Amino acid sequence: MGKLDFIKINTRHIDYDKFDNRLLNFVLENEPTFHNCISCGCCTASCSAGKLTNFNIRRIGLSLRRGEIEKLNEELSKCMMCGKCSLVCPRDIKLRNVVFLIKKGIAELQKNKFQSTKIINYN
Amino acid sequence: MNAELFVYPFLIGVLVLFTILLLKFLFWIFALSRIDKIRLWYFIRSKKILEAIIESFKEGLIHKSIYKKNPVLGYMHMSFAFGWFLLIVVGHIEAMIAKNSLTIPFYLPIFFRYFETSKNFTGSGIFAFLMDLILLYILSGLFLAIVKRFYGRIFGMKKTTKLKIYDRLALYSLWLIFPLRLIAESSTAAVYQNGSFLTNGVGNFLKNYFNLSNYENFWWAYSITLSIFFILLPFSRYMHIPTEILYIFLRKAGIKTKKYWNSYSAIQVYSCSRCGICLNDCQLMDAGVKNIQSVYLLQYIRNKQEAEKELFGCMLCGQCQNGCPVKINLNDLRTALRIKATEQFTFSYSYIKINESPKADVVYFAGCMTHLTPGIIKSMKKIFEYIGLKVWFMDEDKAPCCGRPLMLAGQHDAAQELIKNNTKMILESGASTLIVSCPICYKVFNEDYSLYHVKVMFHAQFILELIKNGVLPVKRNNLKVVYHDPCELGRGSNIYEEPRKVISFYSRLIPANNERENSLCCGGSLASLNLPQEIKDLVTDNALNVYLRDKPDILVTACPACKKTFMRRRKANIMDISEFVVQAIDTKKEIENILKLEVKKEISSY
Repeated sequence: MGKLDFIKINTRHIDYDKFDNRLLNFVLENEPTFHNCISCGCCTASCSAGKLTNFNIRRIGLSLRRGEIEKLNEELSKCMMCGKCSLVCPRDIKLRNVVFLIKKGIAELQKNKFQSTKIINYN
Repeated sequence: MNAELFVYPFLIGVLVLFTILLLKFLFWIFALSRIDKIRLWYFIRSKKILEAIIESFKEGLIHKSIYKKNPVLGYMHMSFAFGWFLLIVVGHIEAMIAKNSLTIPFYLPIFFRYFETSKNFTGSGIFAFLMDLILLYILSGLFLAIVKRFYGRIFGMKKTTKLKIYDRLALYSLWLIFPLRLIAESSTAAVYQNGSFLTNGVGNFLKNYFNLSNYENFWWAYSITLSIFFILLPFSRYMHIPTEILYIFLRKAGIKTKKYWNSYSAIQVYSCSRCGICLNDCQLMDAGVKNIQSVYLLQYIRNKQEAEKELFGCMLCGQCQNGCPVKINLNDLRTALRIKATEQFTFSYSYIKINESPKADVVYFAGCMTHLTPGIIKSMKKIFEYIGLKVWFMDEDKAPCCGRPLMLAGQHDAAQELIKNNTKMILESGASTLIVSCPICYKVFNEDYSLYHVKVMFHAQFILELIKNGVLPVKRNNLKVVYHDPCELGRGSNIYEEPRKVISFYSRLIPANNERENSLCCGGSLASLNLPQEIKDLVTDNALNVYLRDKPDILVTACPACKKTFMRRRKANIMDISEFVVQAIDTKKEIENILKLEVKKEISSY
């Protein structure tokens, strides 16, 4: 089958059975207000980093729920932590803290320091 | 004369105490940076050391700063420190005269009444009286300390600090030392009458009820309690007594708190006396957060507890630092800890492309927060237009942040990247002045940027200069105005007068309760990462209640973040200082009209 590897299509399929939601849980545990996000986009509209690049802070929730950790880490490195998003948020979400927690969570994942290895089992 | 057996516990205690202290101090000083060591070396040989000795006397013994802040609390601290010091000094003089020798064993004055039962040396009566008086003085302080522990409110303290087990043991042994000394001396005096008004009196009184012939037992108890206290001292909060003196010397030597955690930071942590004055100054106490105050943070560090939530919750308003009687740089310590806590990850801003900066003499940097309050930008533009100044608006369209918010979150190294880019842009424009309208940016431009010849000006300073030069017209009105000092501008950058002068050119500036160094935080501080919104709102409401108490027509502030935070909570006239000044230029619009407009806008937004 080795010859036919090129046929395999890299799908964007997300397998929720194997989904690692440790990072998501870590963020939600420490910043429960993130539950309230309505994806209105006020944060992106005001974002300083978003003016300079295609950085879109509204989408971090989506990436986080999909478990796209690599992408998330790279995206979030663009954030300048200026805090405008937290000030304009109509649902009072501490987005600055969310960014901070994701960064910290990824660093701890890489070091395997996470205490709770909660992987949701849907069966 | 042979030393009695009961002296030995005391001797062991003293020996242990001084060995540990010496080792700790040497370790700390050795770990200082090379430059700081050289600084210390030159300081020791200069005349400035006298200042340090005087200050350690004032602060370590008399506790002048605490006394100023809270006289009863100051008296309590003074009675212990200064009283004990006097007891040792006068005791030594007394023993030296009695023995007619300058070389006496150092334990002798401590147990003098036991060894010297006669009263036939020069001035014995006076000395006995003095020693009794000093003991009474300490006991009065002890009485206050016990009352304070159980009824803190009498002292005007909202809350007294919580204790851990070592501290508790040390505290009780300290409480016991002086009553035991009183009983030991009194029981001896009951037999030999070698005391004065206090010890003789108490001794004769006790004699009626108890058999005091075995008075040696009380001296045993006294010696053991002293020993327990001395051995516990380096491991409890009382470590602050020797460390504070060391800290005063190092501070006077000109050693500054560094951005990164070092042994000087550790010295500051241990010199906290846990007096609890920072609890009283903290606005979060009233908002119901009672575990993140500086005194607790320092305690967590000493106990090596994890306290990340507490570390990142603080708003870094600097009121605790302002009130601290030991002058610990609490904000810098917290920032250094934040750097330590976040060193495992970083951000990267390689995407920033430096466009060619246009040539300009004056650069205006609005900052992220000003972009959220377009009224300020509009006013600044109007002022520039009015005086005909060509200004390069650096971050009008695309510009990175100043870097301060990153620093507040502990990302000091990531901020350097932004700082480097901004510095390059500003220097390339060939400007001589940089005007900023946000105190957060102002602080970082002033402290962390090296802009060489470029003068950094806060917009209030710039406006004041314009008014003084007669470029901006002044039109007086009869409005009552209260000014709120933003934390980063007032305590952070020491600018108090300029905005006040600007306001008093136009309107009647009335004083508020919390002004200048004691001004309140608006609650919207960027330094706090994880405080819940309800608590922030409470802080904002409490601050607004203070500033709007006298019903001013306008509340003027000088920070866009403060303005934004205040506006969220109250339908009042809250203006930035630039918006306040624009009234003079806009001849068509009188200030009253502007006010009406503002109110209308607010109503529609609610």
